[in-house]
Amino acid sequence: MRKIFYSVGFSLLGQIAFAADAIEGQVERQPVNITAIAMFLLFVVGTLFITYWAAKRTISAKDFYAAGGNITGFQNGLAISGDYMSAASFLGISALVFASGFDGLIYSIGFLVGWPIILFLIAERLRNLGKYTFADVATYRLQQKPIRTLSAISSLMVVLIYLIAQMVGAGKLIQLLFGLDYSYAVTGVGVLMILYVTFGGMLATTWVQIIKAILLLSGASFMAFMVLRMYGFSFEELFNAAVNVHKNGAAIMAPGGFISSPIDAISLGLALMLGTAGLPHILMRFFTVSDAKEARKSVLYATGFIGYFYILTFVIGFGAIVLVSTNTEFLDPSGGILGGNNMSAVHLAKAVGGDVFLGFISAVAFATILAVVSGLTLAGASAVSHDLYANVLKDGQSDERNEIRVSKMTTIVLGFVAVGLGILFEKQNIAYMVGLAFAIAASANFPVLFLSMYWRGLTTRGALFGGAIGLFISVLLVILGPIVWVDILGNSNPIFPSVYPAVYSITLAFVATWFFSVTDKSSSVKDEKAKFERQFVRSMTGIGIDGPSSH
Amino acid sequence: MRNDDKLIRISNDPKFVELVSRRGRFAWILSIIMLVAYYGFILLIAFDPSFLGTPVSDGSITTFGIPVGMAIIFLSFILTGIYVVRANNEFDELNKEIVEEYSK
Repeated sequence: MRKIFYSVGFSLLGQIAFAADAIEGQVERQPVNITAIAMFLLFVVGTLFITYWAAKRTISAKDFYAAGGNITGFQNGLAISGDYMSAASFLGISALVFASGFDGLIYSIGFLVGWPIILFLIAERLRNLGKYTFADVATYRLQQKPIRTLSAISSLMVVLIYLIAQMVGAGKLIQLLFGLDYSYAVTGVGVLMILYVTFGGMLATTWVQIIKAILLLSGASFMAFMVLRMYGFSFEELFNAAVNVHKNGAAIMAPGGFISSPIDAISLGLALMLGTAGLPHILMRFFTVSDAKEARKSVLYATGFIGYFYILTFVIGFGAIVLVSTNTEFLDPSGGILGGNNMSAVHLAKAVGGDVFLGFISAVAFATILAVVSGLTLAGASAVSHDLYANVLKDGQSDERNEIRVSKMTTIVLGFVAVGLGILFEKQNIAYMVGLAFAIAASANFPVLFLSMYWRGLTTRGALFGGAIGLFISVLLVILGPIVWVDILGNSNPIFPSVYPAVYSITLAFVATWFFSVTDKSSSVKDEKAKFERQFVRSMTGIGIDGPSSH
Repeated sequence: MRNDDKLIRISNDPKFVELVSRRGRFAWILSIIMLVAYYGFILLIAFDPSFLGTPVSDGSITTFGIPVGMAIIFLSFILTGIYVVRANNEFDELNKEIVEEYSK
């Protein structure tokens, strides 16, 4: 029984849950797809042109890290959704709906509900206190060196893990869609990402995200429209047709095995919600707008676009049930989907729009990966240059030019590392990676960030211990859990039974932060608490905010 | 240090205290609505999955799960909208008054 639970646990919880955000398993190389490559080249030429334009406008550190603070709330909302709607979540969530119907909706809702909470509790304080990285907020009254070092380490870990997942997904997807060799595909992504970030900084990255978000939303809208049109825009008719052809019949309209234990469900919900609020590349986007007003608008638009996108993927998944699973053109001899379930949305593109639209969707998927890795790399580079180099190594006395230079060098290094790891992890099971990134973000970054804004009693020692414990525990529990310990390392039973450690690691991080703060007897405590009043007024009113640059 | 002293004085200003308590209360109420809706949904799935699998009417294919799920997506957007409208108008108005008063 236990064995059955775990194997179901793997396929339903472990692999689908977070692997919906990462392309999995062996894929077959497809014949070279000329339309897709042509459309993708068009995207590359266009975005390189934007990078050239952005490079001329990227002079100061403020320009490089935060696009000068001149992005509007609407643009930033689109860019945030561009960051959030990865290619793998487009393909993965529609594949999840395709395979098990209603469960796909449960999963996407978990990814959405973090946004309102970020708006209500975090967004305006973050914007009012921060400059380039979220560590700016935590170090407003805490000691620079220890806190920045910790947050740079956890940010880099989140970025690298997320990058591996994206790179492996990119390689497989491109192999599948374009018929290009895996290592060429990964290298191509690495080179383009380095070009965007080093030359165009945040401005180019933002526009790459915006364009990609528009392309993805338009493509997905078209697919959902074509599917619904076939059924007279009646969901009931679409569901009816799907239930008739799906092997699980009416069961696809009800919750299935996706959530089997309430504690796992709560843990997954916490990881998604608080993890989103601790992802460095997402937090960084809030510094690209001029003030709290625009920051709030960013979240409103982002929530709207992301919610709309998840509704589209739901329709697309059902569309794939009726149009893809019944068409032998898309099936292998054993009756499975060509290229695996993750390809169901891609096959649907061909079913509703022919070869040209298939090429378009393939190009959009590639563009999507590029946009996401660029945002991640920029966040990783800023953790190194702004936190470690400028504020730890140079005591905040570094020259802006040198800081930007360090950032660009880090981008190049990260690019090479990402390509290397992408190739190294090609044949590895990466199902746990996105989950791990969210768990670290929720357990190491979020508690420190949240308590620095909300709790006067937080001290440097408390933040340091709490963050480090959150980081350590979340990594440890993932390693000891079913996916890594059993599936990858080949042990027979997991030491930690759940794939979702977040509820434990977050709780421990908060308790540790509290404990090591209240027992802190160091001389700096009085000063740190005294600064809270001023920090609070600034976080509420925006007085002293690091505003936009004027050029 | 003058700027810092100004911040301390603002922290004791009744208008500031009012802004903080009004905006704070509003933000927490909306957060709690969102959390209750989401975790209510999750716990419903965990403890009574058959409810969400019940057809909305006799003979229909659509189950309660579909409108409930969609409602949570719309609720997320509506709550963010409500907060942004009130914060960007009413609260920012009050905030502006405070900032201007102290920038003289």
